[in-house]
Amino acid sequence: MTPSDARVAITQAHRHEWGRVVAALARKFGDLDIAEEAAAEAFATAVERWPVDGVPPNPGAWLTTTAGRKAIDRIRRESKRDDKHKEARLVHDDDPPEPLGAIDDDRLRLIFTCCHPALAVETRVALTLRMVGGLTVAEIARAFLVQETAMGQRITRAKAKIKAARIPYRVPSAEDLPARVTGVLAVLYLVFNEGYLATGPSTDPIRPGLTTEAIRLARLLHTLVPDDGEVTGLLALMLLIEARRAARTSATGDLVPLDEQNRGAWDRALIAEGHRLIRQRLATGEAPGRYQVLAAINAVHTSAPDIRDTDWSQILALYTQLTHLDPSPVVALNRAIALAELDGPAVALAAIDSLAPRLTNYHPFHAARADLLRRLGQTDAAREAYDRAIDLAANTAESTHLIRRRSQLG
Amino acid sequence: MQYLVSVIHDDSLLASDEEQAAIDVFNEQLVADGHWVFAGGLGGPATATVLDNRADAGVVTDGPFVETREYIIGFWVMEAPDLDVALRLAAAGSKACNRKVEVRPFL
Repeated sequence: MTPSDARVAITQAHRHEWGRVVAALARKFGDLDIAEEAAAEAFATAVERWPVDGVPPNPGAWLTTTAGRKAIDRIRRESKRDDKHKEARLVHDDDPPEPLGAIDDDRLRLIFTCCHPALAVETRVALTLRMVGGLTVAEIARAFLVQETAMGQRITRAKAKIKAARIPYRVPSAEDLPARVTGVLAVLYLVFNEGYLATGPSTDPIRPGLTTEAIRLARLLHTLVPDDGEVTGLLALMLLIEARRAARTSATGDLVPLDEQNRGAWDRALIAEGHRLIRQRLATGEAPGRYQVLAAINAVHTSAPDIRDTDWSQILALYTQLTHLDPSPVVALNRAIALAELDGPAVALAAIDSLAPRLTNYHPFHAARADLLRRLGQTDAAREAYDRAIDLAANTAESTHLIRRRSQLG
Repeated sequence: MQYLVSVIHDDSLLASDEEQAAIDVFNEQLVADGHWVFAGGLGGPATATVLDNRADAGVVTDGPFVETREYIIGFWVMEAPDLDVALRLAAAGSKACNRKVEVRPFL
């Protein structure tokens, strides 16, 4: 055991065990602050002990036990915590190790608590990344371009509200479950999208840390509720998008659109896994939700060895299906882009122009228009549309790509 | 655990007979299920009087402390084991009185 072996083990344990440790402590002590602080202390102890004593055979159990002791020390130190109920729990602290199922339930409870609808959406995102994902406050602040102190306050306020308003630490009842799972998925999708198409002039265009974390949490949720079609759908969707990551930007940091990507650089293992999950959902015969249809669209794209092999009629049919589930102008825009491949740019442009009043500040709308106008040879109008798209684009690789396209107009 | 469910009034109309009847039904259910603590309707901001006797000056001001378009027209105090239960009750209360409500825990 070298110190560097121990460091690797601690990094891995942090990645895999943080959420478990916090969740187990949150259940035992009913307090997210204590759970988080004790988990952090346990990891700090591991940093001291593991290089000297060696990595314990079961790092997760070691960390949970150590964190439990730290939590009890902390509660004893804080004299105001003299509530009889907590004292009674402490007396019975020598619980036998939890069976695996119970630990998984703990994490599921923690996810639902962090994603409670009584918390603002951005707060849910931050709290989930902190408590379940184990990201530091500094990392979350960096990811969402806010000051670390502001992010710290947001998380602190959320934990205070959970405690004061008594947001329950449990998996919602059957009647609340579907709506609450939808909220959790929205949080994970937000995290993923911020990683996939990062906003802001001074950030990397893609942040693999966030996409990887969103996928990890989606995998966890999928393990915990395997029969939920939309959970499976979102996981498949993320995998199929992530599979194309390496091909999505050029060496110069330019965004490479789907039709120009080197398909040999796609991750075949992620694609195979995404396809398998979608087939699994199809086999149930249940009507798919929004994420499942989006995943299916991505499955069609990733099935084509070459852009010319793309089954556009199937993609158009899926977008039509999606329009019924989500009648937003953004979906209508994407459907029109697929339509261009089947019926030509003029038909697509007519369909897109009807969306103008609702999408005037949405840069993909102007980028799509610019592309169609370019294909129709309407250079001046295309240039104007590129200018508008460039003004509105917040992702650095996208801006670079749009500027390049505009300069090619001649 | 007790929660204050405030009814937010944002138009000039008071509860209609129909709304009042729905509120009565909701209240009876709260009592039957053991969630009822207390409830009441309030006079509008025009009926408010603000006092400041912190310096023994006995300053009395006519009218409300804050002028807002939305104000609290009534409230429930409900007993509920956690926020999920309180939110479910508050949702039914909002439906019954046909107004927005705000839920806050007692500390």
